[in-house]
Amino acid sequence: MISFTVNNQAASFDGDTNTPLLWVLRDHLQLTGTKFGCGAGLCGACTVHIDGRAMTSCRMRVSSVAGKNVTTIEGLAAADGELHPVQKAWLEIDVPQCGYCQAGQIMATTDFLNKFPKPTDEDIDNNLSGMICRCGTYPRIRKAIHRAAEITEAGE
Amino acid sequence: MSASKADMERIDQSRRRFLISGSTIAGSFVLGVSPIRMARADVEAGTEGERQLGFFIEIQPDGNVVIGSNQPEIGQGVRTALPMLVAEELDVEWSRVSVRQMPLGIIKTADGYAWKYGGQGVGGSTGLTENWNFMREVGATARQQLIRAAAARLNVPASSCHTKPGYVVCESPAGEIRYEELIADAARLDLPDMSPVLKDRRDYRIIGTRLKTVDARDIVTGKAKYGIDTREADMRYAVIARSPYLNGRVRSFDDSEARKVDGVLDVFKIEGPQPRDPYVILASGVAVVANSTWAAIKGREALKVDWDPGPNASDDSETFWQQNAEMLKSKGQVVTDDGDFDRAMSEAETTIERQYTLPFVSHQPMEPQNCYAHVEEDRCHIIAPTQMPSGASRAAAAVTGLPRENIRIDITRVGGGFGRRLTNDYVAEAALISMETGWPIKLQWTREDDVQNDFYRPAGLHEIRAGLDDKGKITAWTQRLASASKYFRRPDMPDENLWEAELYPDDFPRNFVENFRLEYFHNAIGVPRGSWRAPGHNVNAFVIQSFLDELAYETGQDPLQLRIDLLGEERELEYGGHGGPTFNPGRLTRLIKFVADRIDYKEKRPEGRGVGLATHFTFGGYAAHAFEVTVSNEGQLVIERIVAAIDCGLAVHPNAVEAQLQGATVDGISTALGQEITVKNGQVQQSNFHDYPLARIANIPSLFEAHILPYDNTPTGVGEIGYPPAAPALTNAIFAASGVRLRRLPIGEQLRQAMAG
Repeated sequence: MISFTVNNQAASFDGDTNTPLLWVLRDHLQLTGTKFGCGAGLCGACTVHIDGRAMTSCRMRVSSVAGKNVTTIEGLAAADGELHPVQKAWLEIDVPQCGYCQAGQIMATTDFLNKFPKPTDEDIDNNLSGMICRCGTYPRIRKAIHRAAEITEAGE
Repeated sequence: MSASKADMERIDQSRRRFLISGSTIAGSFVLGVSPIRMARADVEAGTEGERQLGFFIEIQPDGNVVIGSNQPEIGQGVRTALPMLVAEELDVEWSRVSVRQMPLGIIKTADGYAWKYGGQGVGGSTGLTENWNFMREVGATARQQLIRAAAARLNVPASSCHTKPGYVVCESPAGEIRYEELIADAARLDLPDMSPVLKDRRDYRIIGTRLKTVDARDIVTGKAKYGIDTREADMRYAVIARSPYLNGRVRSFDDSEARKVDGVLDVFKIEGPQPRDPYVILASGVAVVANSTWAAIKGREALKVDWDPGPNASDDSETFWQQNAEMLKSKGQVVTDDGDFDRAMSEAETTIERQYTLPFVSHQPMEPQNCYAHVEEDRCHIIAPTQMPSGASRAAAAVTGLPRENIRIDITRVGGGFGRRLTNDYVAEAALISMETGWPIKLQWTREDDVQNDFYRPAGLHEIRAGLDDKGKITAWTQRLASASKYFRRPDMPDENLWEAELYPDDFPRNFVENFRLEYFHNAIGVPRGSWRAPGHNVNAFVIQSFLDELAYETGQDPLQLRIDLLGEERELEYGGHGGPTFNPGRLTRLIKFVADRIDYKEKRPEGRGVGLATHFTFGGYAAHAFEVTVSNEGQLVIERIVAAIDCGLAVHPNAVEAQLQGATVDGISTALGQEITVKNGQVQQSNFHDYPLARIANIPSLFEAHILPYDNTPTGVGEIGYPPAAPALTNAIFAASGVRLRRLPIGEQLRQAMAG
């Protein structure tokens, strides 16, 4: 039995401990906001936060998150429902097309902005190129990242 | 099944008629049988139905309006754009609108099936255009009924009433009544025998305004449900080990280890189609059913399958390209032949010949294929991310033998289409597995499954030859194409029609060059092929727009001026293909001048930096690109700046038009940079994003303008239009910067190699 926390709630899993966290979240905990993209850590669609750090969950064994805090897209907004600045920026710029990759993009961006609160385009290119958007929303993702940095700074 | 052509034809025919019974009236409502019909018999007092006006509109007691969207949302924005049309004509505040996804609606008729909610399916950039009149009429008819209900209540003539958002306003005696207070009365009124009056464009309050995506909040909070998120009672999970060989078969399999995997419930063989037969599913294989996705995947890993490589075991990309080159040395099927090409060539001052190579590419929507199916004795329920729900219905019917009216197709939000989900092979697979096991199941494909089992964009070798007179005017032009036609293995498709998916006779520059010939050669390699964003155009634009630049260079002309001279002023030319009936080349002239101007085309650039242009007419819409790139001495390519422009007539939902133009441009870059599917020993060699790379954010410059140039009052399609000119504008820019002409995609290492050597 593996015990951990998901979105500030206790969670446990008593199946195959090699099961990737992604499938535990999706199939067992019914948190389907985290998406399956490649199963190989190549696209970032399954990005979640483990103790606050953005990581892909498709190859991460559930055993490795024992005792840790997992945050998924469903848990990113504040408890009162107020959206995270990155979510706000995503809405303001209206980033999504099909939307499938956007949970991963948002989770990766929130962690990125913690490290680069005022990122340059080059910072974005160097740190967020692990993510794939097949619809090609990159121009708006870039804009939304800058906007999220502004929102965070201004405390909007 | 699988014939997206048949689907498209069905849509083309059926969308124009709101056919439910035998009688049809093009472009207007058939009384009592229209999708907006009030269906009084169905309305019971005190039920939700009482608050509905036809199938599409529900007005809630608080005045909020729920609008049905009948089309699949694949990221193109129809779930916003189509309700915008309804809301505009209904005359309600957009902020009061929410959107409900409608399932597939078909009705059994004496001679087949008819649409209940209008034609449903998204492909060929028709999602908006085919519903432009229909959805406005849905809204306008409902508004008219509300007016009549108000007039009756106030005992005034309907002609003295009008609406303001959410209200009917009547004069003498003056009074205004909220829609929600009228809905029950309106739902009980018969429809008048006339089409509703549509708004004048000047009165639009919603159409043409920059609204946001209706589901954006659900998406950014992880609540939006895609096919893959389906979870139904008692559902099991399934994967399939498909033949790694094109047309290979299962000789035998050993499932003893697979069945030991905790959670695996069943393992069995899936029969694939016979080679050369139309596809219902893509491949033979072995299904593994389990109590979780991961258990099914682990079970599949533990399978031992002995594959019969089958008749295509020697298929090989290298051989494919040699065959194509060999074919081009002979005479092919001449499919268009204007004037006297041979004579014009012999009289030409200059003749130029080039070959261009375009690879197989895969769709790779971010959401891998998946489908929920529950087949019972007398019915079937499908929940699928599909572009073509009617195809899903046919696929399930083909597998189960059930009548289609007993098959329910629910449409989810779709994690990308690009043409992949015009084909419902994964629906057929899911139905097969549910039928075999009796369980409700969700079939899941992995990324590897998706890369190796696709209906790929056809690959081909194009040869263009042109003759020019002493003034540099093009007098003769031929495009000769040896390719793997998309129509291969389509039902009832004669060999002599295979070219029709690959060469569109009325495309530019036919009718611009007097002596014009198109010639086709078919390569029957076993690679499955299908529609991929802007089919046909996605390769032909590259070939034509590259060659024009080469002509300009060889004859000392300016690439922009040569295009302007050729395309000329505005005029309507006949266009027989999809996107017709006319093509106005002057709209391309306007666009290419615009993008050239925006990127300071005429400005002299330092060595290693250059600008390239391209423009193309696709499925009724017009687009142009200007790329500015730098190429280092080592062949390092940097895209510095992009200016893209689209003319889609009236932009109904400009926010989505801009998004589609951006996305199509990125797609053009993505495929041009690194995407290629190759085959060796009858097996697809790529498997995931490491060897089938998609563009990343670093590939896309921050200097990226996407412009919408308004034209008239009629919208054209949008989703595919922005794709075709992107890649040739890029490679034309590379030539301008480096002198290296890339005639083969993807670019891959070619530029580095050319600069090194």
